[in-house]
Amino acid sequence: MNPQTLEVARALDGFVAAIFVLAGLGIIMARQMRGTLYLFILHSLMLTASAVVLSVTLGSIHLGLVAVITFFTKVLAVPLVLVWTTGSSAYQRREVEQVLSIPFSILIAAGLALVAWVVTNPLINAITGHPFAAINLTTGMMAVFFGAFTVAVRREGVAQLMGLFVMESGAFFASISIVNDLTIIAEIAAAVDVPIAALVIGLLIRNVHKVTGGTRVGNMAELRERR
Amino acid sequence: MLLALILIIPCAVGLGAVASRRAAPWLTLAGALVVLGLAITAALEVLYTGVLRAAFGFFTLDSLGALYLLLVAFVGMTAALYSISYLTARHREAGEIPPRYRQYYPLFNLFIASMLAVPLVSNLAVMWIAIELTTIFSAFLVAYEDRAETLEAAWKYVALTSMGAMIALLGILILYYGVHRAGEPVSWFGLVRASSTMAPAVLLIGFVLALVGFGAKAGLVPMHTWLPDAHSQAPASICAILSGVETSAALYMILRLYPALAHNPGIAHPNIWYLVPGLITVGTAAFLILQVTDFKRLFAYSTIEHMGIILTAGGLATAAAHLGMIGQLFAHAFTKSFCFYAAGLATLALGSQRIQGNRGLLKRSPIVGWALLLGALAIAGAPPFALFISEFQILRAGFSAGEYVATGLLTVFIVLAFIAILYQIGSIVFGEPDPEAVAATPVQRLPVTGVLALGIAFLPLLVFGFYLPPPLSQLIHQAAALLGGGS
Repeated sequence: MNPQTLEVARALDGFVAAIFVLAGLGIIMARQMRGTLYLFILHSLMLTASAVVLSVTLGSIHLGLVAVITFFTKVLAVPLVLVWTTGSSAYQRREVEQVLSIPFSILIAAGLALVAWVVTNPLINAITGHPFAAINLTTGMMAVFFGAFTVAVRREGVAQLMGLFVMESGAFFASISIVNDLTIIAEIAAAVDVPIAALVIGLLIRNVHKVTGGTRVGNMAELRERR
Repeated sequence: MLLALILIIPCAVGLGAVASRRAAPWLTLAGALVVLGLAITAALEVLYTGVLRAAFGFFTLDSLGALYLLLVAFVGMTAALYSISYLTARHREAGEIPPRYRQYYPLFNLFIASMLAVPLVSNLAVMWIAIELTTIFSAFLVAYEDRAETLEAAWKYVALTSMGAMIALLGILILYYGVHRAGEPVSWFGLVRASSTMAPAVLLIGFVLALVGFGAKAGLVPMHTWLPDAHSQAPASICAILSGVETSAALYMILRLYPALAHNPGIAHPNIWYLVPGLITVGTAAFLILQVTDFKRLFAYSTIEHMGIILTAGGLATAAAHLGMIGQLFAHAFTKSFCFYAAGLATLALGSQRIQGNRGLLKRSPIVGWALLLGALAIAGAPPFALFISEFQILRAGFSAGEYVATGLLTVFIVLAFIAILYQIGSIVFGEPDPEAVAATPVQRLPVTGVLALGIAFLPLLVFGFYLPPPLSQLIHQAAALLGGGS
């Protein structure tokens, strides 16, 4: 591989990774539901872009397939399924309730980014011959942590679901740099799994709305030990 | 073809259940019986011919997988039978419209199919997808009664276990890299063969992520909080599956990673990764059982306790402890499903799940009272039931291996949980019933298939404490040997 081409590809992947991290951070911070949805689409688009960069640079047809699958499932299908299942009213301009204040959330997210770097460092040292591992592994791990944090601090069902998908995108963002040829069957199964998950969890959110009159799942706290 | 059929049948029955509401319960039962027959055939083939492979290696079944397959098929069959009249009785009690079979039965069959897929598929990434699908298909089964509480339970279940699944996904993909780099197929066998040459950092980070991720689904402390909620709110038939075999599916994934850790020379004391979370889980569950106020939640905490015992036994890392561990996994499945069937009938008889204020169940409904009492004795590990044998085997193996601190703690926690379970259940079944409560909840006729399923689930509970048929015993020994205890 031409070192110059590789350098350009790494720079491009680094740029994509930066937007991927910022979009993940945005999903934690966004106050409006619709904004959260747009940021999720951007986040998924960046996963697609990274897969395209890696596919072209490494000449991997499998990564090309990952890019196509990600685009059709996460960028197109998941948002449509979510809007259809939960109803467009869920995305009207309204505040999303947070457990923590936004400045405090930023502080914790920064800490999580640092933890992600520390956790992936031994892995990066152990992995050789994968030129994008250093960028993608750390970035992917950050997204996994950011997604988990989103689920923890958001009281809104749809926002929590997006947190779950951010985690999944993070896992794939990290792994495409080291697993360049996931079997076709696993790719197809993953493609089917994501929209099914969006559909089922979206319908669950709709039922929560129907029964409780809202989608603030964080406020549901009836079940506990009582005497 | 045999292995593929085991998956195809529940999927086809699921479709059939969408088409015909009236036939759905019986179609599901017929499908579950056929799957059980096929699972027994597959297990016997594994026993006598070794590993089964089909569909160009897409399906693989070894002895541990065969044992888990048998458990899913058996619990699935009894749950299908139990559901038939239980759902009607539950809805009659609540004064609601007829049961929603078109929601329940297709999801029930797909849920069973996804669990059957876990031991059957070879590829680790596809296996992860099967585990994730168990959550997706069971979410609406947990929320089946469509109340605020059931929806809350279903949401917690989905959110926490899916979070775990995403963490596990990263772990599996990291392991995928390690196995693929070693030029091995990405299956359990490939992982074990590749593990000795894998970089310790790759193996360990992949394992820890899988432990945390699948641990959430298995109900390991501190990721266990969804479990009592989901198990107290779902219909009893679904609780039996969730508790008996679904949590074990995630644990199955964690246990199968042990030989890979043990084979890597760069990883010191791999058993610690099993011992510490296992003991924390058993200990926490034992104390939580003491303060529980709902008997379905009590059985849920007991599931957490059992997952901890199994994990701790894995960490004792001797052949004898692994034999006890597989015995525990095996006995837990049918004992816990029996307990939830009894708990479901007790809820119908008492009109509530609360422990306080409900007394004299033996007098109010002798069949249910005895079932609940025997279930409590069996799940607590009293002789002569099967769990007594496996727990005794684990403790004996632990002391023999010189693991005095870990085994001592495990003994204390098991005894504590034993006392707590019997104290709590004893307060419901014994004593004089409260006349006001009796007047408020007149005894209704027990659902026939519910009692029948209870009876069928009781058979292994009783028989396997005394006698284990030689093929089954051989399968358990082979499964334990696969995990490489003592190596």
